Amino acid sequence: MAEKVLELKNLQAYYRHLKGDVKAVDGIDLTVNRGEIMGVAGESGCGKSTLAYTLINAPAHLKHMGGEAYLNGKEIMSMSSGEFRKLRLQNISLIPQYALDAFSPTKKIKTHIRDLVRQHGVSPNDEFMEKVKDRLKIVNLDPSVLSRYAMELSGGMKQRVIMTISSVLDPDFLIADEITSALDVTSQRFVANMLVNLRDKEIIGSAIFITHDLAIMYQIASRIMVMYAGHLAEVGPAEEIMHNPKHPYTEALISSLPRVGIQHTDTRLHGIEGTPPDLTEIGPGCRFRFRCSYRTDKCDETPRREQVGERHYTACWNYEQVGSDSNDEQ
Amino acid sequence: MGKYFGKKLIIYIITFFIAVTINWLAPRFIPGDPVTSLLAQYQGPAAGRQMLETRLRTLFGLEGSLIQQYINFWANLLRGDLGRSILQFPREVSEIVKNNIIYDIAVLLPAISLSWIVGNKIGAMAGENEKIDRYIMPLFYGFVSSPYFWFAIIVVFVFAHSLGWFPTARAYGAGVRPAFTLNFIIVFLRHWFLPFFTMFLVGLGQWSIGMRNMVIYEIESNYANYLRSLGARQKLIRNYAFRNGVLPQVTGLAIQLGQIVSGAITVQVVFDYPGLGRLMYQAVQQQDFFVLQGAFLSLILMVLAANFLIDIIYMFIDPRIRLSYSEEE
Repeated sequence: MAEKVLELKNLQAYYRHLKGDVKAVDGIDLTVNRGEIMGVAGESGCGKSTLAYTLINAPAHLKHMGGEAYLNGKEIMSMSSGEFRKLRLQNISLIPQYALDAFSPTKKIKTHIRDLVRQHGVSPNDEFMEKVKDRLKIVNLDPSVLSRYAMELSGGMKQRVIMTISSVLDPDFLIADEITSALDVTSQRFVANMLVNLRDKEIIGSAIFITHDLAIMYQIASRIMVMYAGHLAEVGPAEEIMHNPKHPYTEALISSLPRVGIQHTDTRLHGIEGTPPDLTEIGPGCRFRFRCSYRTDKCDETPRREQVGERHYTACWNYEQVGSDSNDEQ
Repeated sequence: MGKYFGKKLIIYIITFFIAVTINWLAPRFIPGDPVTSLLAQYQGPAAGRQMLETRLRTLFGLEGSLIQQYINFWANLLRGDLGRSILQFPREVSEIVKNNIIYDIAVLLPAISLSWIVGNKIGAMAGENEKIDRYIMPLFYGFVSSPYFWFAIIVVFVFAHSLGWFPTARAYGAGVRPAFTLNFIIVFLRHWFLPFFTMFLVGLGQWSIGMRNMVIYEIESNYANYLRSLGARQKLIRNYAFRNGVLPQVTGLAIQLGQIVSGAITVQVVFDYPGLGRLMYQAVQQQDFFVLQGAFLSLILMVLAANFLIDIIYMFIDPRIRLSYSEEE
């Protein structure tokens, strides 16, 4: 049986606001095994980055409201911050969205690395720095970047340095939050492949790869989770999700992908009608029902999770119709 | 690096040239002629009067056309000759300035450097600690928003008048002669304290507020968030934030220097404490143009030199400045 690195059980995290709670992560169940790269997809505001913040770096107004998160079998949501601090970088680590802006401008790259590992009781001696240099070679960087300041590096270089730093203590679980979004296509593929590479070399145990770019996600993720408005829509093997989606939202998301070589005069670009709901005032029921072409009366109840294949679940009452009948726009 | 240095040096030389020219020009537009007013005291025969006037005009460099006077002025200046005082004739201005500038340095140097260092420390704490922020900062806002002269009056009222702890007026008591004795040093320090204290408090408020705002910004910045995500303790993040927050404070020091020095003028007047400020004040009242010019020139030189020093320091503490100049070369 595969080793579970991360297990989420009905995890809920809300942003506290004067007007009420924004239910950005609302009942997520997920298991990530060792060796897996879990892709998390969804449109802006669906809660995919909030999920990352909940797991590692919650801002003050993001509150854990219920559910559990187990990292290597240990519950981390109820841990004291001092206890959890020790797990960071060694057990759970993050490549942030803002990797281009993640260095102090007045410190050299090596100073960042040395200071960080010292915080975890690791001495940055010569032997350790040799290891860091080897790691830099893996991401195709010259060891001389260690003596540079962030302003001397290009965007792609910074992204790769961040990848090296975040994985320097071989974390079991790595959160890669929108790591390709700010890069050009060549760098995107390189960075994404690097993540697979780190996993293959067993530098990282497993990872979640958060992005809105389904194409690149499909290339590297072994499984994909699709989120909609804070709810889990569908989760399953990447192949299944892309070719045999069982949730109307997944289906719509895939059909709205632009294709190369087609001009809008030939075929109109598919979109999804409407906008995501306001997460402050949302009640029970399927959150996608306002935009869904499969909608029935039953959808006013929050859908159960149905198993539709091996480790493939969907949260839709009418999943049997999805992808099988005339509702298919293509 | 050399390029940065050279560029700065040129800017400072130009600034110095313009400032000195304005300094020379200004008294000459003030109505009234110093020689005429000096001659008013003369009560001898008319022929002697004529001779005296010519002699005085030569002495003060007031003969010939304005252009000629201007060239003479620069020639004298480069020799270190600032002319002679009209009021304390025939004392040389450079000597008077020298006697006074010691007191400016004695008050300003410790007041500026201490308030900058302590202010930055307190500000960094306030940026992180809500209690300090809530209880100390409002007081500091009060310090900063009060004008120097007003604040000096309050200090005099409280510490000299009501409490009677410190004397005001002069650098040491009327009956005391300067000597290197313990007694004189104590008297000197008692007189020195209030002007220093006033300058220190206003500066303290200013620097701590600046640092507070910088630290709040820095500890919420992305690099701080990244360090926090990867398990850095607050102490490390604070160090990083302070390191970056201090840079605008160094720039601020350079910008504020002139204003601080002009603040010192009013403080000296209120405390009747010697220094270039009080000297200038008296010179304006008594139309002693050359003393005014000399004192002003010394202030300009002091501020420019300090600014230049800060520019050099800045290059060493901010790698971005260093790198952007080394890349151009």
